[in-house]
Amino acid sequence: MVTNVSANTRSDTLLKVTNLNVDYLASSGTVHAVTDVSFTLRRGEILGLAGESGSGKSTLAYAITCLLRPPAMISGGEIIYYPRPSQDGKDNLRVTITRLTKNGKSKHVKDGNVRSIEETQSINLLQLTPAQLRDLRWDDLAIVFQSAMNALNPVMTVGAQIIDVLRTHRPHMGADSRKQRAIELFQLVGIAPDRLRSYPHELSGGMRQRAIIAIALALSPEILIMDEPTTALDVVVQREILTEIIRLREKLGFSVIFITHDLSLLLELADHVAIMYAGRIVEKASRRDLYLHPRHPYSYGLLNSFPSLHGPRRKMAGIPGSPPDLRAVPPGCAFHPRCPLVIDVCHEVLPPLESVRGEDPGQLVACHLYNPTFNATPPSTTDLAGKYEALAEESGAQ
Amino acid sequence: MNNPAAGLKEASVDHDQGPILEAVHLCKLFPLSSLNLSGKKRAVHAVEDASLALKPGHATALVGESGSGKTTVARILAGLYRPTSGTIHFRGEPAKLTDKSYLRTYRRHVQLVLQDPFSSLNPVHDVRYHLARPLRIFGHAQNKTQETEQILSLLNRVNLSPAEQFIQKFPHQLSGGQRQRVAIARALAVQPEVLLADEPVSMLDVSIRLDILNLLLRLKDEERLALLFITHDIASARYFAEDTLVMYAGQMVEGGPSDEVIQHPKHPYTQLLISAAPDPELLGPDSEKGVTQLTTRGEIPSLINPPTGCRFHPRCPHAMPICSQRFPDRTELGGGRWTHCFLFGDDESTSQKSDNSVKGVSMQTAQSETKLEK
Amino acid sequence: MQTQEVPHSTSVVPIMHLSGDSLYVRLLSLLQAIWRAMTMNRKVATGCAIVGFFIVVGLFGPFFMPYNPNATSHLFITPPSSAHWLGTTVVGEDIFSQLIYGTRTSVFWGLATGLIVTILSVLVGLVGGYFGGTTDDSLTLVTNVSLVLPALPLAIVLAAYFPRGPLTISMVIVITSWAWQARVLRSQTLSLRSREFVTAARVGGERAWRIIFFEIFPNEISLVVAGFVSTTIFIVLAWAALEFLGLGDGTIPSWGGMLYWAQQAGALGGGLWWWFIPPGLCIATLGAGLALINFGIDEIADPRLRPERPVKTGKKKEGLPYRPPARSQARQ
Repeated sequence: MVTNVSANTRSDTLLKVTNLNVDYLASSGTVHAVTDVSFTLRRGEILGLAGESGSGKSTLAYAITCLLRPPAMISGGEIIYYPRPSQDGKDNLRVTITRLTKNGKSKHVKDGNVRSIEETQSINLLQLTPAQLRDLRWDDLAIVFQSAMNALNPVMTVGAQIIDVLRTHRPHMGADSRKQRAIELFQLVGIAPDRLRSYPHELSGGMRQRAIIAIALALSPEILIMDEPTTALDVVVQREILTEIIRLREKLGFSVIFITHDLSLLLELADHVAIMYAGRIVEKASRRDLYLHPRHPYSYGLLNSFPSLHGPRRKMAGIPGSPPDLRAVPPGCAFHPRCPLVIDVCHEVLPPLESVRGEDPGQLVACHLYNPTFNATPPSTTDLAGKYEALAEESGAQ
Repeated sequence: MNNPAAGLKEASVDHDQGPILEAVHLCKLFPLSSLNLSGKKRAVHAVEDASLALKPGHATALVGESGSGKTTVARILAGLYRPTSGTIHFRGEPAKLTDKSYLRTYRRHVQLVLQDPFSSLNPVHDVRYHLARPLRIFGHAQNKTQETEQILSLLNRVNLSPAEQFIQKFPHQLSGGQRQRVAIARALAVQPEVLLADEPVSMLDVSIRLDILNLLLRLKDEERLALLFITHDIASARYFAEDTLVMYAGQMVEGGPSDEVIQHPKHPYTQLLISAAPDPELLGPDSEKGVTQLTTRGEIPSLINPPTGCRFHPRCPHAMPICSQRFPDRTELGGGRWTHCFLFGDDESTSQKSDNSVKGVSMQTAQSETKLEK
Repeated sequence: MQTQEVPHSTSVVPIMHLSGDSLYVRLLSLLQAIWRAMTMNRKVATGCAIVGFFIVVGLFGPFFMPYNPNATSHLFITPPSSAHWLGTTVVGEDIFSQLIYGTRTSVFWGLATGLIVTILSVLVGLVGGYFGGTTDDSLTLVTNVSLVLPALPLAIVLAAYFPRGPLTISMVIVITSWAWQARVLRSQTLSLRSREFVTAARVGGERAWRIIFFEIFPNEISLVVAGFVSTTIFIVLAWAALEFLGLGDGTIPSWGGMLYWAQQAGALGGGLWWWFIPPGLCIATLGAGLALINFGIDEIADPRLRPERPVKTGKKKEGLPYRPPARSQARQ
C-alpha cells in the first residue's frame, strides 16, 4: 500500500484518511473512540475493517460519512476524497464542484475553496458544509447499516423509498425514468421487480438487506460503506449477499469499506484488511499477508479465535481478558494486558504503525516486537502460534 | 422404531450409562389468535418430530439457523413450554412437567443458560443476589455464611477472580463475558446434571468466545454434566461437542459424531450449511474470493404455512415427488449417524438413492478440491 | 422432594459481611441515591423544594397558627391587616390560620390517597400483566369498567350515600382513579415479562410472587413513582373540586373547603380576593411542584430526554475547516 500520494497514483486513490481522531465528550471526561487512524482506499478495492467491541470501527464509519452527532466530534485529521477525474460522462471533477457549489446555499463558499479543489483534485470532507455533504452523500458515498429494518421506513413501500432517493438527488429525472431505475436496481440485486410494491415487513431478512443495498447503489456511488451488513443474517443468506456484493463490485466498479467483527469473513472478501483495537489500527495488510503471516499478536489471536471446519481438531484459547473499556484504556500499547508476548516497553510506549523491516512494505503493524531497538529477533508466525498454544494448554490444565 | 439413544451409545466411547435426558418426538405449535378466512386456526409450527438424547459427561450440539426451532426445543426441555405432543424422559422416567411440584424438582436437575448476557441478569440486583437465590431455593445454603462461602466458590470456578470483588458488582459494571460467567455460575449453583446452553457465546466478542466454551467444557468434565449446546455456528459446534444434530425449519435432518457430520455431510441442507460457512482454512494464497458458490438459493420458509413433507424440499437440488408428501423417517447410517432424507432410505427410492448418494459424494469432492494446503 | 424456602435474614443488627450489605448500609446508600436524584436535576430539585415546603408547613404549621381556624369573631370580611394577615371570612375566621391548617389536610389526604391508589394500581397491573390468561382478562375487565365510569357523577352519588368527610372523598377518588395507572403498569409488566432475566428466574425455580415483586417490580419503580406523583396532582385538584362542590366536611378547613365557603359567600363577585386567591394559589403551586418532579423523573429515567447541552467548539463557519478545541494534554 502506498502511503504518500504522488501525482501518478492519485488517479488510483479514492479516499485518503489521515490521522483521524474522534472523541466523545462525556460528563466524566473525553473518550477517544478513534485515535490516529490513517488508511487509503483505492478504486475498486474492498477494504475490511475488523475489530471487536470498543475498537471504534463503527464510529469510524460514521465519521467518514460525517454522520456523527454531539457528543461525538471529529477532533482532528483529514478525510480527502478524490472524485473520478476522467471523463466518463457521469461525474467528473468539474461536475462535482459545480454540484457542490451551485446547489442552493453556496453563496458563502469562497472562490478559494473551489480553487483548492481544482488544484489538488480532491475534496476534504471535513471542510464541507452540511448542504454540500448532503449532496455528496449517496451520490458519491453510500452507507449500508447493520439492521435493514432500522434503515427502511416501515410505512413506505421499498419502491417508494428508492424513488424518494432518486427524486431528492436527481431532481431532473422524470417519474418514468425513476421507476425504470428502481426496477433496474432491484434486478441488479436479485429481487423480482414486482416486490417494489412490498412493505419492508413483508420481505424476508435477506431481501430487506438486498433492498438496502439497492437503495445504496441507486446513484452509482463511488464508495460503499457497509457496517456489519450481514451480522443479523443467517449464514446461507450471508453467503448470498457477499457473492452479490462481489459481483456488483465487478460490474459497477465501486469501492467498499466493509466493517465487521468476523475476521474469517473478511479473509474471503476483502483485498486489504485493517484490524482495529481500542480505537487504533494495529495491523494493516493484504488478505494474503494477513492470512499467511499475521504479525500483531492480536491479529493472530483474533484469527485463532475461529474454530475451523476442516482443519485438525485442537484446543484453542482465543485471547485472555476482554477488550478494554474506552474510558480506561491501558497506557502504552492498549493490548499489553492481554498479550502473550508482552515485553517491558509495551507498558509505557505506544508502538507506531509501521512496516516490518526487511519485509513486504505493504504490511504495517503497530508492535514493539518488530522494533530492533526493543526486541532483537522479531517473532515469526510459528512463534506466535507457539505462545497461543501454550496458553491453550494452560487454560486446559486449570 | 429406531431408538435415538442407541445411535449415541455407539458414538460415545467411554459412557456406558443411558441418556439422562431424552426428548422423544417432540412437537410444538404456537397458536396464533387471528383466524384466517377459511376459519381454520393458524399456528406457528415451530418444532416437528424432534428427538434427542443427552448423556452425562457428553456434549451435544444442536445446529440450525434462525427459525429452525432449536431454541424452542431447549425451552421445552427446560420446562418453559409445554410440548404439543411428544414426551420427555428424565433418567428413563417420563417427566410430568405440567405438575408444579415435579417441575420444581426437575429444575434442580436441568438448568438453562441464555443467549443474551445483557438481559439475562436483572439490572437491579447484584451478583450476590443472583447467585444466592438458587442456593436458597434449592436448600444448598441455609444461612448467610454458607451462602457467601458457596457463592465465592462458584465465582472462582467460573474464573471470576478475585471473587470478593465480583460479589457486590451490578450487571452494568460487568463486561459481556463476565456477565455470561455469572449466568453460568447461577445455573451451576443449582447443582444440575443437565445444562442447556442456548447460544451462550453468540453475543460475545469473538476473542472471548473460546474462553467461555472452554470453561463449559471444563465444567462438563469436572461435573460430568450432560451439555446441550445450541448454536448457529457449525464450526463452534465441531469444536465443542462430540455429537452434532442439525435442524431445519423445525425438523431434525441429520445427526451423529460432529466430525463425521461436518466432514461428510449427507443431508443436502447440511451440505448447504457447511458450504456457506466462512472457513479461512479454505483459503490459500491464490484462491479467489467467494468461489464457493451455493448450489441453492432461497430462504427459510415461514413456519405458519410450512412446506409439506420435508420442509427443505423447495430448496433441495435433489428433491423428489415423495419429498413433498411426507417427512422421511429416520435412517440409520451406521457409526452413530442418522438422517431424515429419502435419498438415503425409506425404501421408496432405492434406485434413486444410489445415484444421489454418488452425487452427494461428488459434491463433497468438489469442496475438498477447493481446499488448498497451506 | 419439597424444599422449604428459607427466608433471607432480615436482622436489624448491622452484620458486617464481605460485601457490607447490612440493612443500615443499604438504607444509607438508598438515601444517598435519593438525595443525589433530587438535587441532580434542576426540575426535580425545584419541585422537591416546593413539595417539601408544603409538607413542612403541613406538619408543623398548625402549631404556629395565630388563631384557631374555626374560631369566629366579630371582624367579618376584613381585608389583610396586621392582626389577620390574610383577612377574615364572612364569619370572622382567620384565613391565614385556615390556610395553614388546610395545608395539612390537603397535603396529608392528597398524599395518603395517592399512596393507596398507587398500591392498588401496582397490585392489579403487575398481577394481571404477569399472569396473563383469565386472571389478566378479568382484571382488565375490572380496570376498563373503572376507567369508563364517569368520575364526577359517581362521586356525587357516593357522597350522597356516605357521611360527608375526607374519608368519603378519599374513597371516591380511589375508586375512580386507580385504573389509569394500573393499565400503564400492566403494559410495562407485559414487556418486562418477556425479558430474559424473568425467564432465567423461572428456570431457576423462583415462585411467581417473588418474580413479580422482586424481579419485575424493582425495574418499574421509576414508573410507579412517576405515576404516584401525577396521581397526587390529580388527587389534590380533584379533592379541591369535590370540596368546592360541597361534598366535604365543612368544619375541617381545607383549601377546597375554603373555596367552597368563599363561593357561598360570593367572594368572587364581592372582590374578596384575600379569601379565594391564597388557597387557589396553594393548589396551583403544589400541583406545579409535583409536575416538576414528574418531568424531572422522566428526564432522569430516560437519558434521551435530557437537555442536550451543545458541544462547546468554535462556531463553524461555512467552508472553514474544523477547529479542534485547544488541547493542553499531549497525545502519547
